[in-house]
Amino acid sequence: MDIREKGKLGLTGLLIGAAAVILTVLGNPGNMGFCIACFLRDTAGAMHLHTAPIVEYVRPEIIGIILGSFAISVATGDFRPRGGSSPVLRFIIGFIVMVGALVFLGCPLRMVLRLAGGDLNALVGLLGFIAGIGVGCIFLSNGFTLGKAEKQSAIEGAALPGATILLFVLFLAVPSLLLFSESGPGSMHAPVAAALLAGLLAGVAAERTRLCMAGGIRDIFLIRDFTLISGFAAIFLAALIGNLITGSFRLGFADQPVSHPMHIWNFLGMTAVGLGSVMLGGCPLRQLILAGEGSSDSASAVLGMIVGSAFAHNFSLASSANAGPGTNGKVAVVAGIIILVAIAAVVTIKERRKA
Amino acid sequence: MKDLDTSGYSCPEPVIMTKKALGHSPDGLRVTVDNRASKENVTRYAKALGYSVETTEGNGNWILKISR
Repeated sequence: MDIREKGKLGLTGLLIGAAAVILTVLGNPGNMGFCIACFLRDTAGAMHLHTAPIVEYVRPEIIGIILGSFAISVATGDFRPRGGSSPVLRFIIGFIVMVGALVFLGCPLRMVLRLAGGDLNALVGLLGFIAGIGVGCIFLSNGFTLGKAEKQSAIEGAALPGATILLFVLFLAVPSLLLFSESGPGSMHAPVAAALLAGLLAGVAAERTRLCMAGGIRDIFLIRDFTLISGFAAIFLAALIGNLITGSFRLGFADQPVSHPMHIWNFLGMTAVGLGSVMLGGCPLRQLILAGEGSSDSASAVLGMIVGSAFAHNFSLASSANAGPGTNGKVAVVAGIIILVAIAAVVTIKERRKA
Repeated sequence: MKDLDTSGYSCPEPVIMTKKALGHSPDGLRVTVDNRASKENVTRYAKALGYSVETTEGNGNWILKISR
């Protein structure tokens, strides 16, 4: 059973890694076949939530991932509307995860894709990510929890997938309502149909296998289980082979696509993402999948990420490619980590008193 | 056999709850889970420790009987 699960996760990873390289060939920015943080940010820009002109586009990959998870979970009985496990805390944690990801310039999934493109800054990010997950695991094994979720109505569970469909319809029918970049990463994208299809496939596969970038490392720390990490490894492998075939593999720190070489901020940005992801029960990709399965708690985290991305660009918290973060971004990441640790510590101490 | 109800909690919490509960009652445990991810994770964890797991489904939940 364990081997079968690892096999399924491996296949899912290979599919997502290969799809990512294909999306890049079809027009997505470098090492950005998929990036949940960047794509939520671009989508927030398209919806006028921020007005950074180079990062505005409704990313069909995001729509596909949520709807793929929604469709397959309805079909298989995994769609179970649940909610009420600290929704506001989850919103705030999602917000901080997004700020950390935009200081690093990518979510954990893009971190793996960047590694597979030879971007060594992502290796520094990975070390920070592991450190953040390690801290999160210390809290988890000492009793940290965001509390119990209760059953919710089907309409509550379907609300975010429904909003996603509405956004996609508006994108196709009245694009003039939305903003679209004319230059920069937001202007670079694969054709809509290809991006949507890749998202749907990724959503279905990730729902069935529970693929999670943070969960793989967390399970190794907590229970010495190597099942989830096999998905992570397979994405790396498929994207590495794809990049070698297409000639886009370049090893080094300097001049990598949508990346910067400020080590400390790559490290700390991903520390915030790792810690926040463990507190939320999964990485940004996993939050999209869980939201598709009817979790309004994960939907809260996704909304927090969207608002976080808008703040990140309205208040210059996000890094710029090559130059890295400005003062605001540095302060925000450090403050974000402090807030995450404070939330985790307060909850853990309270839980231990109860026990 | 002791009962552990993990309904409402999502992974990894049911696994951690199982880990702690097995520490107190190492002979076995009856764990209720309410989602597929937790069912698979708790089962995998218990099997890795050398327990056998018997699963019954009902009422939208799964009951995992973990025993030596």
